[in-house]
Order: sequence, then structure tokens, then C-alpha cells
Amino acid sequence: MRTLFAAQSDRPLFEWRWVERNADNIVTRFTEHVSLTATALGIGLVLSVGLAVLSLRWRWFYPVTLSAAGALYVIPSLGAFALLVPFTGLSFTTAVIPLATYTLLILVRNIVTGVQQVPTEVREAAIGLGFTRVNLLFRVELPLALPVVIAGLRVAAVTTIGLVTVTSMLGMGGLGFFIRQGIQTTTPNPTAIIVGIGLSILLAVLVDLLLWLSERALAPWTRKARG
Amino acid sequence: MNVFDQLAAWLGEPGRWSFTDPSGIPYRTVEHLSFSLLSLVIAALLTIPLALWLAHYRRAAFLASSAVNIGRAIPSFGLIILFWFLASRWEVDTTFWPLLIALVALALPPLFTNTYAGVTSLDQAPVDAARGTGYTEGQIMLRIELPLSLPVVLAGARVAFLQLVATVAIGAIVNDGGGLGRYIVDGFAQGAGGYGEILGGGIAVIVLALVCEGAFSLLTRFTVPRGLRITRKNELPSRAKATIS
Repeated sequence: MRTLFAAQSDRPLFEWRWVERNADNIVTRFTEHVSLTATALGIGLVLSVGLAVLSLRWRWFYPVTLSAAGALYVIPSLGAFALLVPFTGLSFTTAVIPLATYTLLILVRNIVTGVQQVPTEVREAAIGLGFTRVNLLFRVELPLALPVVIAGLRVAAVTTIGLVTVTSMLGMGGLGFFIRQGIQTTTPNPTAIIVGIGLSILLAVLVDLLLWLSERALAPWTRKARG
Repeated sequence: MNVFDQLAAWLGEPGRWSFTDPSGIPYRTVEHLSFSLLSLVIAALLTIPLALWLAHYRRAAFLASSAVNIGRAIPSFGLIILFWFLASRWEVDTTFWPLLIALVALALPPLFTNTYAGVTSLDQAPVDAARGTGYTEGQIMLRIELPLSLPVVLAGARVAFLQLVATVAIGAIVNDGGGLGRYIVDGFAQGAGGYGEILGGGIAVIVLALVCEGAFSLLTRFTVPRGLRITRKNELPSRAKATIS
């Protein structure tokens, strides 16, 4: 193995020097990655809460929403970008639209399931205390659905972070920039590829952990229930 | 020339509807499908027997529950390029192996997790009954646990396959090939002049994905044991359900 390496290229698999020299750029791309992910998730969450509220209000709306979100979910990322580029160009918008729509299926389903899981006694008690429908939803049902919603958010976040690497096709930067850069230079640069993939995985793990911690903070009762 | 004129011009080019010309949409569709199916089959052969065995003996539960999460965190785009790089460094043919290995790796987690969850969440009564009737452990796995957990296994295969169809397209970035993704990548390389090709490729990829999804639904309907079809309304346990995404 070693000799083969030496015969092929003098570039070692990982060079700390490259990382040091590109530290600024790494920070920039990392920030871009975070902002794309956050924008997509934010839009996805707002849309999903809206769709979930409507689904809870009218039963027939739920299967319709799920089928539509399911169809959007099936669309391959590169295909979605290709469909949008001729109209919205190589832009942030083009990158964010598919990323946000991918989260809908997971988020809507988890919000609705979470709310439906709220025990009837709790709901009746709240109504007995004089809660209006809106108050019931936002002050009782949604907070109690939080663990399930966050579980969905974790899946959506991790998936989105992986997909953001593809947006480098649109010149969107993010950590996919390094993955592409790794094979575009005249001598392929393995360090760039490894940094791109590694940081993307690291970001996914960090965000997942952060969401898990926020679930524990925002829904402390689940921790007690589990012992 | 607006985008739709560009698209029409692109669709009308000679060889665009050929099965043998590499610029043909049918040619690329076949390439796309064969790559996706090949990697799905390899991944299934690698994981399903193993997951079935591990689940039967209730081993490696942690691996089963975390495999999908780990799989999600790995960017497929990066994986393809990494394998492409390694292949080029080791002087292996870069048009086939890097993409295939990356695709198989991506299909493993959902297949493994769903097979495992499908088996472990089964009602144990049929398993005990089979054991009492004198089935060997191997027979229990193949004749009881595998068919009964088939809906969940197929749900995993569906998730894996859709991811494969999406990822084959990305493979066009590193080499010739890449199925229908070829057009998207080539179109991007041409800038604004390639918008017709980008749009055409994008539509083709999306149609293919939707058709595959439909085909998989039909497959699921026909391959699920009849006994399970009747009880389909019975809720799957939440753990197994969570993995169908």
C-alpha cells in the first residue's frame, strides 16, 4: 500500500499545513454551511407548523399534505436544483427551496403525531380550565408534543447538513466547496476532501447533540419519565 | 432563447432518444437504473442475512439503532468523491468502482436497521409456535421472521433505493456516466447556455425517481405475505415505524 501511494502522488492523505493555511476559508465555508442549514430548517419548521395546524383542524388535509410532502421528498436533490436553476439561477434561493421542502415530510408528520399523542385527559382538563382552541394548541398540545417534534427536527437537521454539501454545485460554498476543490485542482488534494466530509459529519453530530440537549432542557418531564 | 426553447432544442437533438447513443435519454435511464439496482442488490445481500441473524439472537442492538443516524450524517456527495480519489490514487478504474462502493455504503444503514427492527418487533407467538413445532433456528429465521418482517424490510429497501437513485446522479460529477445526472452536470459546465440541458436532466431524474417510488409501492403490495395484508391495519410498533421515512 505504502509504495503504491508514493508511486502515485507525493501528496500525503492529510496535511495539517493545508488546514492552517486555509483556516480562514474553512471558517467561512463552515459558517455558510450553518446558515444554509439554519435557513432551510427555519423555513421548513414554520411551514410545517402551519401545515400541521391545518391538518389537525381538518382531517382530510393531513393525507393530502403527507402525499404532497412525500412526493417532494422523493425528488433527488440534484434534480431539484436542476429544475430551479433555469428560473432562480445559481442562488441561495435555489439551494434553500429543496432543502426546506425535504424537511416537510418529517416535520409535519412528527408535529401531528406528537399533538395526537397528548392524552385526552390533559386536553379535557385544559378545556375545563377555559383554554380556547388556539391556547390549547400553543400552550398545551404543542409543548407536550415537543419531544416528538424535536426528534423529527434532529432527523431533518442531520439530513439537511449532508445535503448542503451538494449545493456547492450551485456555487453556494458550504463545506461541499472543499469536497469539490479536492478533485478540481491539478493535483487532487485529499486533505480538502477529508476536511469537507469530516466537518460536515462533525456539524451533523454537534447539531444533533444540541437538539437532544435542548429537548432535555425544554421537556424535562421526559427525562423523569424515563427514570 | 428562453429556457423552454432551449429545452425543446435539447430534446430534439439527434440521438437524444437512443438506447445506444450515450447522449440518449433512454441510454442514461438504463444506466441510472442498472447502477441503482446493482448497488441495492449488493447492499441487500450484504446486510439482510447479517441483520436477520443478529436480530434473531438479539445482538448488536446498539448498532441497529444508530446505523441510520450515522448513515444520514455522512454526505453522499463527499463519499463519492472520496472513493473516486482513492481509486485514482490506487490506479483502479474510476468510472465504476468508486461510485458502486459509495452507493453500496449508502444503502447499508437503512437496510440493516429496518431488517433488524422488523425482526425484533415481531410478535413472538409465531416464533415460539414454530420452535415448538420443531423448526430449527435457521428455519425460523427464513420461514417465519423474514417473511413476517418483510413490510418493514421493504420499507428500508425503498428508502435506500430512493437515496441511490438520487446519488447516482451526483456521481456524474466525477466521471462520465452518472446516468441522468450526466445532463445536469454537463449543463452546469456550460453556464447559461446549458439551462435547457439542466432542466431536461432535472425533469428526467425527477420523473425516474417518482416512477421508481411508484414501482416500489406496487412491489411492496404484491410481496407482503397474505396473512399480513389482512392485519395491515394493526399498527407497526413505534420503533419500526420511526425507521420508515
